[in-house]
Amino acid sequence: MTLSARIVVQRPSFRLDLDLTVGRGEVVTLLGPNGAGKTTALRALAGLTPLTEGWIDLDGDRIERRPAERRPIGVVFQDYLLFPHLSALDNVAFGPRCHGASKAEARLKARELLDRMGLSEFSSVRPRRLSGGQAQRVALARALAVEPRLLLLDEPLAALDAHTRLEIRSELRRRLTGFDGATVLVTHDPLDAMVLADRLVVIENGTVVQEGSPAEIARRPRTDYVARLVGLNLYRGEGDGDRVRVGDLAFTTEEHVTGPAFVAFPPRAVALYRARPDGSPRNLWEGRIDGIERHGDNIRVHIDGPVAVAADVTPAAVAELDLTPGREIWVAVKATETHAYPA
Amino acid sequence: MKLSRGRVPWLLVVPAVVGMAFLVLPLAGLLIRAPWSTLPQRLSEPQVLEALRLSLVTASIATVVCLVLGVPLAWLLARTDFPGRRLLRALVTVPLVLPPVVGGVALLLVLGRRGLVGQWLESAFGFSLPFTTAGVVVAEAFVAMPFLVIAVEGALRAADLRYEEAAATLGASRFTVFRRVTLPLVAPGVLAGAVLCWARALGEFGATITFAGNFPGRTQTMPLAVYLALETEPEAAIVLSLVLLAVSVVILVGLRDRWLGAAA
Repeated sequence: MTLSARIVVQRPSFRLDLDLTVGRGEVVTLLGPNGAGKTTALRALAGLTPLTEGWIDLDGDRIERRPAERRPIGVVFQDYLLFPHLSALDNVAFGPRCHGASKAEARLKARELLDRMGLSEFSSVRPRRLSGGQAQRVALARALAVEPRLLLLDEPLAALDAHTRLEIRSELRRRLTGFDGATVLVTHDPLDAMVLADRLVVIENGTVVQEGSPAEIARRPRTDYVARLVGLNLYRGEGDGDRVRVGDLAFTTEEHVTGPAFVAFPPRAVALYRARPDGSPRNLWEGRIDGIERHGDNIRVHIDGPVAVAADVTPAAVAELDLTPGREIWVAVKATETHAYPA
Repeated sequence: MKLSRGRVPWLLVVPAVVGMAFLVLPLAGLLIRAPWSTLPQRLSEPQVLEALRLSLVTASIATVVCLVLGVPLAWLLARTDFPGRRLLRALVTVPLVLPPVVGGVALLLVLGRRGLVGQWLESAFGFSLPFTTAGVVVAEAFVAMPFLVIAVEGALRAADLRYEEAAATLGASRFTVFRRVTLPLVAPGVLAGAVLCWARALGEFGATITFAGNFPGRTQTMPLAVYLALETEPEAAIVLSLVLLAVSVVILVGLRDRWLGAAA
């Protein structure tokens, strides 16, 4: 295990308290809504925010009492924070210089890193003349130039526009795979998190609410926040064999669960009917349309009732069923797409 | 005029015009009464040149002294927190509002031959500051340094601290952060402060004449020469004043984007 930490930061109206372990070469992503404490956790690891309690163990060294400049870390900041008065090359050479390399050595190393990032021709350019994607690569090169054992990235894709983001995201994934230390990345974007992480740690209100591989978390969310991120309807109920009771409803599910359980299904597994359908399918109830919005090529309909549910239907269906807010509607969910798992 | 609609507010306009005349007319008078025909000749008089040279040299050295001591002081005030910091900040700015003559008297009491520190300087090194060129530098630096400290402190407070954090994560010690990141980022503020400081030092009169006296070639700077010449040779005083006016205008033009631009 490379990084093992317990991070507690107490603020007047907020407490961050999380345990974090990251293996060699592993990329762990802290995912959470704004204000959840992700960036505070990252700053604590970097030594920029003091710990109230806890420890940070990196390869057997306790580093929590060392100031930032004496920790073997590299940080890629949100907005990158490249020094505006230095060229790209001197930005990257800054770290090695501080670690005692001669000017020539530091520049040689910086040049190699910029070459690897495909930025050879930009070495003499000032940061303000770099594009967002280029600036991000310079920032990554600058962080890697000090040969850190722990790489920290704070919203590394947030400053990019949607178009370049796609390209830079997969490129960043490739570069992070090449790094053999521990990596902790912070993001509030579920897609960034899914693509970049080996393991996800979801934080809400300063504590870990769920942890696991991206696939695991996408399939079995455990909080409303995560369910919304991965686009699933999620309910907590009481399992009883192949049924999970949620309030007055009983969902028939694929899996058998007994005791406290979650039920999750995608909005596309929900079908809507003007009148009670014949043959009375299971998982059927009546609700009232609360709102309608565009969602990709489909229309997402929010329905209130015994439980609130989101359904994805085609624009044609909206016209055909005359779906308008306030209308009473029958909701049916396919049992084959309804997953249940212990809470 | 934008105020064309409605009655002209004479109660405001009249004092405004009088105020403007009050500020501009004396300068105009200086230009009108200047002995333009004999100007080149006057300017090349050894006494004028000497005063000019002495002023430029002492003001420049005083500015360097202010930079060396004032920039770290500004950093201390802007970046650290210690008990009494606000009091220290207030004390540092006292020379801004203190009558310079009082500053000169205070300097004499501390650095004079029988002063608290001066006594010791004299006995230990056989070295005394009052009535020497070095004394001029001390008097000018005392009066001018607050201008530099205030300007640099303002620039430091406005600077983005996150760059300093980024430098720390790259392994930079606090001094390296200051030298390689903070200082370059606030360089425009330091430059503006230095120019202001230099201009203040160049025009210094009260503290200089009190602490350093008025010896031609040694402590007689331009403002002192102007004052002295006014009694014996009014034309020379006008010429010297013109030189100082020209310097002020050049500084104002050089810094106009920084100050006037912001206000406009």
